[in-house]
Amino acid sequence: MAHENPKDLRYTESHEWVKSEGGVCTCGITDHAQEALTDIVFVELPETGKEVAQGDQVAVVESVKSVSDIYAPVSGRIIETNKTLESSPEIINKEPYEGGWIFKIKSNKNEELDSLMDKTAYEKHVEEEAH
Amino acid sequence: MLKTIGVSAVEELFADIPASLVLDAPLRLEPALTELALTDYFETLAKKNTAVRSSFLGAGCYRHFIPAAVDAVVSRSEFYTSYTPYQPEVSQGNLQAMFEYQTMICELTGMHTVNASLYDGATALAEAALMSVRITGKTEVVLSAGVHPQYREVVRTYCRAAGIDVKEAGLTHGLTAQGSVEALVTENTACVLVQNPNFFGLIEDLAVLSGQAHSMNALCVACVVEPTSLGLLKPPGDFDVDITAAEGQSLGNTQSFGGPHLGIIGCKEEYIRRLPGRLVGMTTDTKGRRGFVLTLQAREQHIRRQSATSNICSNQALCALAAAVYLATVGFKGLRRAALLCTSHAAYLYKGLLSLPGFGKAFDAPFYNEFAVRCRDTNTVRRKLERAGILGGLPLGDYYPELENCLLFCATECNSKGEIDFMLEVLA
Amino acid sequence: MKTVFEKSLSGLTGTTLPDLDVPENRDLPAGLLRRKCALPEITEGELIRHYTALSRRNLGVDNALYPLGSCTMKYNPKVHEKLAGIGAFRESHPFTPAHMVQGNLELIWELERALCEITGMHAFSLQPSAGAHGELTGLMIIKAFFRERGEERDTIITPDSSHGTNPASAAMCGFKTITLKSNPQGELDPAGLERAITENTAGLMLTNPNTLGLFDTNILTLTEIVHRKGGLVYGDGANANAVLGVAKFRDMGFDLMHLNLHKTFSTPHGGGGPGSGPLGVSKALREYLPAPLIVKNGGGFEFYTPAHSIGRVKAFFGNFAIFIRALAYIRSLGAEGLKQVSRAAVLNANYLRTLLEKDFNVAYKTACKHEFVIDDSTLPNGITAMDLAKRLLDFGFHPPTVYFPLIVKGALMIEPTETESKETLDLFARTLKSIKQEADKNPELVKGAPYSTPVSRLDEVTAARKPVLRYRKEE
Repeated sequence: MAHENPKDLRYTESHEWVKSEGGVCTCGITDHAQEALTDIVFVELPETGKEVAQGDQVAVVESVKSVSDIYAPVSGRIIETNKTLESSPEIINKEPYEGGWIFKIKSNKNEELDSLMDKTAYEKHVEEEAH
Repeated sequence: MLKTIGVSAVEELFADIPASLVLDAPLRLEPALTELALTDYFETLAKKNTAVRSSFLGAGCYRHFIPAAVDAVVSRSEFYTSYTPYQPEVSQGNLQAMFEYQTMICELTGMHTVNASLYDGATALAEAALMSVRITGKTEVVLSAGVHPQYREVVRTYCRAAGIDVKEAGLTHGLTAQGSVEALVTENTACVLVQNPNFFGLIEDLAVLSGQAHSMNALCVACVVEPTSLGLLKPPGDFDVDITAAEGQSLGNTQSFGGPHLGIIGCKEEYIRRLPGRLVGMTTDTKGRRGFVLTLQAREQHIRRQSATSNICSNQALCALAAAVYLATVGFKGLRRAALLCTSHAAYLYKGLLSLPGFGKAFDAPFYNEFAVRCRDTNTVRRKLERAGILGGLPLGDYYPELENCLLFCATECNSKGEIDFMLEVLA
Repeated sequence: MKTVFEKSLSGLTGTTLPDLDVPENRDLPAGLLRRKCALPEITEGELIRHYTALSRRNLGVDNALYPLGSCTMKYNPKVHEKLAGIGAFRESHPFTPAHMVQGNLELIWELERALCEITGMHAFSLQPSAGAHGELTGLMIIKAFFRERGEERDTIITPDSSHGTNPASAAMCGFKTITLKSNPQGELDPAGLERAITENTAGLMLTNPNTLGLFDTNILTLTEIVHRKGGLVYGDGANANAVLGVAKFRDMGFDLMHLNLHKTFSTPHGGGGPGSGPLGVSKALREYLPAPLIVKNGGGFEFYTPAHSIGRVKAFFGNFAIFIRALAYIRSLGAEGLKQVSRAAVLNANYLRTLLEKDFNVAYKTACKHEFVIDDSTLPNGITAMDLAKRLLDFGFHPPTVYFPLIVKGALMIEPTETESKETLDLFARTLKSIKQEADKNPELVKGAPYSTPVSRLDEVTAARKPVLRYRKEE
């Protein structure tokens, strides 16, 4: 694995990660996801100001031969998107957990975070999916 | 071979088919024909068509001069027996030809990006409507009655299936009525669809129509059914048109009783990722040499499946190749000369018809190579022409009840002065 | 190699058009006239050299074996090109009155009758331009059928092995799709279908033989389940090459199906088109077909508009020049010849499968029909299906389909067709095995392939990130 899954993040079954800081959730896709996609060529960012529910499809990440729908890990309002991805989508491959963040949600339901997986549970999930 | 496989008869390889399905009698088809007999059979069929001396029919399918170079190129079997270029290293011929075709059509239509073709002009227009809905998220389209009747039908069929409402804008003196468009376009309109030159050969005011669409945040889709007109007329791209759909048959492709023809679609830069169908892009290989590949494939059905921009899996590659060879052979000068011949022959025919008793104007606006005329009785006119081996015109009453005694005539560079004079004599 | 634009020189042209023989039409508004358009300027000789050079950078069935699974790249008989070029066909205008094109109408009618006999379907529309177009038309008919009965059915079921056009076509008609997993035998499990189907299911889309080259032995059970729940079954006929004269689609329970004339019926692929995808239906659905149909009335042929027609899916009648070729194929083979086609196609595929099964993992171990799937799991040193495909190019073969169907990881779908000789198949098998040995002894060689093609592997990532979709002169 090229990038270590950070301990302080929460993870979804559809391979998104969430970092929660003071009600603002930064979201992206995991190292496992970026590896499966291979070279990312295009990111369709959501619109800022949009209200989303947990599980809504909010973004799309494209590689040469495949495409992934990205789902909101928590409910809330999209307050910021990572515009650098428009010219350099490959940042997601290089830094899935730092520079490759995709959007930020101002969450309105704190309890949703608890329903997500921690690092250990996520890594187990990835292993189980492979079989 | 059977021994290698480990069976004693080919039938064993079909043993898994349920017995009730296995046919116990041969198919009831005509016995096989040798090549000689086959040729005879088809030539006999062809002779059952009435021989035609000259044709003045247009309406979406046109008789144009096709330079011999076109047939010479498209009959090269490396082109016509090849498959979709999924292995680009052995398909550079096809891919580069498509890249050049895309470029030429961009130049011709004035659009930023053009795809590697769709089935025909009608389906291209339908796809343009669907594309507008995808881009804007709105659920209605406004379609001008000046668009080819069969094209309108195809748009309606596609839109009905997709749950999109189609509203039809009426005509005034044969042209799209701006008042009708204004009344119909709402904040829920995805696009306004207009044909230019329209079904009656008349030249629409794309500047005004595109302005009307944009003022209500709708897209403007222009449909060009006779692209040789672009040898003379300013292209849709000059009028801030968002998507252009077109029929490319006039460019180096045969009439062949309606198919295969060539669907063209192009758009502004901001919409290129929403284009349906194949796109060829330029890139480099491992040694830095220029090469071409299918690109932006993630939009297409084989990857996106139900979220694809369209279900289209193919293009009309060989027809697009013919169009590219045609355009490269004639060049802009040749295309402009062809277009000038088309419109001048049409104008000459028009004046000639109007000078005959019983014929009158249907409309009074500039036209390209087609026009409508009123007559006393369309059947009489057509019968007279048919007896002299001449095909034309199309009775408009079949499609527009208010044009009951009107005929649509077309002239191209192939209808010489002599042919036109003969036709006028027959009707005199 | 330069593009045609880089070979252009101002003032040159490939042909000349006549001078005006009538007065010039000056009625076009001056403000609407264009002054420029950067099309090529090149002589005919240089143009022909250009396209001849391009053709030599291309591979067709006339050059090499093209074992693309589910594409049926069989030989395209040359007499068909001659017949399609007959003047009376080439020059005929689709708005010519019916009584003047009886030859054309008879041709269309004969083809439609032959396709009905071959498949058992009651009627065909020849309007759809391609298989995907046929699918779309079929789904529109399904939608109209239930709407007219006042039944709210909004879902289509497809197997995970289906071609991408299946769910894409369903989505274009506003249907939701449910994907069913294939069982370990590569077939659809009837119990799984029974569980998934509801009163909201409009239909099931099935390819049979399927995309793994297997005839689904449960086909009658599957179609019966759907019918019992009031749904319709759509057949993707892409693999018809395996069952001509052997079994009929209607007997299998399909209510609608499309055929690919450019696959099964030998019309050329053209580098991606034009093709033709006729849509066949059962008697109950005939009146929904796109208009017009061609019918025989007394001694002649005329147009007929079905009572509940869904409308047109294309202008005019369909790809007529393709019909000529397909009918010529059927007429030149007859019933016996068509049956031979399927027998030879299935024999060739099984022979090739047997040659390869010791060195490669064949995805489904039973006897196949006209195609089979192997995967890259037995390739050493991390060599992938893609690497194998690229190395095949160096030996003058077009590779099989790679990475489809999606349910087999690292898939190579191989369909030799009936027009290949035993010698070609033997050579192909030997070549695959030798590449596997190269993968073992010299993996870098395989990973860097191809070497003998005009270009090496192309950068598809940059092509997608920064698309350049037309030529622009460097300023």
